[in-house]
Amino acid sequence: MSAVREIEYRDALREAMSEEMRRDKRVFLLGEEVAEYNGAYKISRGMLEEFGARRVIDTPISESGFAGLAIGAAMMGLKPVVEFMSWSFSLVAADPILNNAPKMLYMSGGQFGCPVVFRGNDGAGGQLGSTHSWCVEGLFSNVPGIKIAIPSNPYDAKGLLKTAIRGSDPVFFLESERMLGNKGEVPEEEYLIPFGQAKVIRSGTDCTLASWGRPVHFCMEAAEEMQKLGISCEVIDLRTVRPLDIGTVVRSVKKTGACVVVDQSWSFGSPGSELASQVHRHCFDDLDNYVHRVHSADVPTPYATNLEQEYLPNARKIAEAVRSATYNL
Amino acid sequence: MTSLSHPTAGGTSAPASPHSVVHTKVYGDSEHLQVPAAAAHVSSEQMLDWFKQMLLIREFELRCMQAYQEKKIGGFCHVYIGQEAVAVGCTAAVQHKDPIVTAYRDHGHALARGMDPKHCMAEMFGRIGGCAKGKGGSMHMFDRDNNLYGGHGIVGAQTPLGAGLAFGCKYMDEVIDGKPNSRVSLCFLGDGALNQGAFHEAMNLAGLFDIPVIYVVENNGYSMGTAIARGTTMAHSLITKAAGYGIDGYVVDGMDVVGVYADMKHIADKCRATSRPAFVDMRTYRYKGHSMSDPRKYRTKEEEEVFEMHDPIGRLEARLKTAGLLTDDSLKAMQKAVRDTVRDAITWSDESPIPPMAELYHDVFVEPWGPYTGSSQPAMNGGTANQPSMRTIDTKEELS
Repeated sequence: MSAVREIEYRDALREAMSEEMRRDKRVFLLGEEVAEYNGAYKISRGMLEEFGARRVIDTPISESGFAGLAIGAAMMGLKPVVEFMSWSFSLVAADPILNNAPKMLYMSGGQFGCPVVFRGNDGAGGQLGSTHSWCVEGLFSNVPGIKIAIPSNPYDAKGLLKTAIRGSDPVFFLESERMLGNKGEVPEEEYLIPFGQAKVIRSGTDCTLASWGRPVHFCMEAAEEMQKLGISCEVIDLRTVRPLDIGTVVRSVKKTGACVVVDQSWSFGSPGSELASQVHRHCFDDLDNYVHRVHSADVPTPYATNLEQEYLPNARKIAEAVRSATYNL
Repeated sequence: MTSLSHPTAGGTSAPASPHSVVHTKVYGDSEHLQVPAAAAHVSSEQMLDWFKQMLLIREFELRCMQAYQEKKIGGFCHVYIGQEAVAVGCTAAVQHKDPIVTAYRDHGHALARGMDPKHCMAEMFGRIGGCAKGKGGSMHMFDRDNNLYGGHGIVGAQTPLGAGLAFGCKYMDEVIDGKPNSRVSLCFLGDGALNQGAFHEAMNLAGLFDIPVIYVVENNGYSMGTAIARGTTMAHSLITKAAGYGIDGYVVDGMDVVGVYADMKHIADKCRATSRPAFVDMRTYRYKGHSMSDPRKYRTKEEEEVFEMHDPIGRLEARLKTAGLLTDDSLKAMQKAVRDTVRDAITWSDESPIPPMAELYHDVFVEPWGPYTGSSQPAMNGGTANQPSMRTIDTKEELS
């Protein structure tokens, strides 16, 4: 028996797109530098060669234009995958991605769906400064009509992206520049991961850690540290925030009696605050303490290394939150 | 050629140098468009049909204004009176399979495209029989079977969509089916949308990618209450903007339906054959305000009267009568038929039920999840709207 192969997060994304493009000619990729440059982050490396310039399309730096173009094409029944080099750049395309894609089906009374996937890097990359370090889930999860996936590892990235492309509704797919080189086990065989199914990635009995995307790794570090102090953490990777698998979190919290939500976006009106609110509602009689939350600091993202590290959720801050949430242990 | 003086020519209230509406082209070869109606093979049947369509749109819009005063229509409502020749002539110049997308002054396009007036009116009444089940309203007319992709309320938002529709058609034909592109897309916008970034991005992409989309600027001289020259550079020669994107630009008299048809037929045929975009400065005028709440203080009565003398319906009426195709009696019969159609549409809309509460969580996603019950076509398209009963959103229940 051979071991399951390991590939990088970026390769998993490319495999998902390439497999879906092979099976469905309606699928095409467009964005800045996706074709001849082989992708600003080499996610689409080799795709131009395989699929040609009609299906792997270099666009000018014109997010509002090409995001809107993709939505028009999706209304025709095509299935565009739009790469934003960074989700930070999606803000200049706010009208098409927030006003058109999520609302088209509703406003047309069920006549025109919008099966488009917008994907790209989300969150702090590493000293990029505040305008380039957006965690857009803080803004966009407020909008009904879109699904939002934030995978933390190559396996989930591939399975969720295939589901996103194959689906009939608009999806915001949030990747992380800091994880593109992460390796993980990804089987050769095809698989899809349904949206709205969280995964318990570490079992524990004393405190539930709920997160998604890159901070999931910080949760695992913190859980390791807390184990040394005799506090057993259960770590849940939500994988998608819309739909949000509240059931898996609630079942865990009913068992542990404590919960820390870790969310890289800002705290005010965030997916983290929503999750905490729902946990409070469903586990009111089970909690031994209020649901703690770890977010990025409520300031613009700083450039200096030390400030940026302190700004982001990190294992130390998560461990402190767990300690506080489980003060009675 | 008419000597109509358009607000494009001057400042706010007193149009300065009158410009004659001519067909010009400023990019590519120096071809001068002169498409006489005869050369475009316009039959008397076609002209009578267009006349009827324009009568219908005007009557429909007058009754909309009335219904708005009666509070049967809510929200924003923008009527098309004065611009009828544009939607009717442009729609006639393309094929039914060609997609159309427009802005919020969209009732005329919906009717010209073939939407039954009752579904258009019921939409504004907020009834389940509306084209969008009462979820869109006046600014958001969609008709899948007639290839109308909306009705869009944000100024300029539809311009990248128009590029996407045309891109999609071309992709389907050429990449999926392996045959030449067969469709052009019409994307209507007002002159106010010329100053939105989205429009310029869309024009750049259309020029760059050889996208067969025709941007028809319904240049009525005012973006809301701002005369075009107060908000737009090169207002006297908008086609220079198209030249900047390598796109052929044309000026067309939008107050003459036969001319609109003849010119647009030429432009559309060329775009279809070359698979290239085009830009049309369609000179027109709206007789009423921007929306129902606009007292029109920013322009003079005299200016309005000049344009009313060039009324597209009046012009065609005179032409048809001169040609012996229309008599006072047949005109009266037509007007009565149109009044009856619109009255029936209002009665039908009054009787159409309000949307059931189950519609609130319907049509949000195609795939059902959580509180969302999937989607279905409206009755207009033979769908059975409002079947699902509203699910409780109590997640506690879902968890058990």
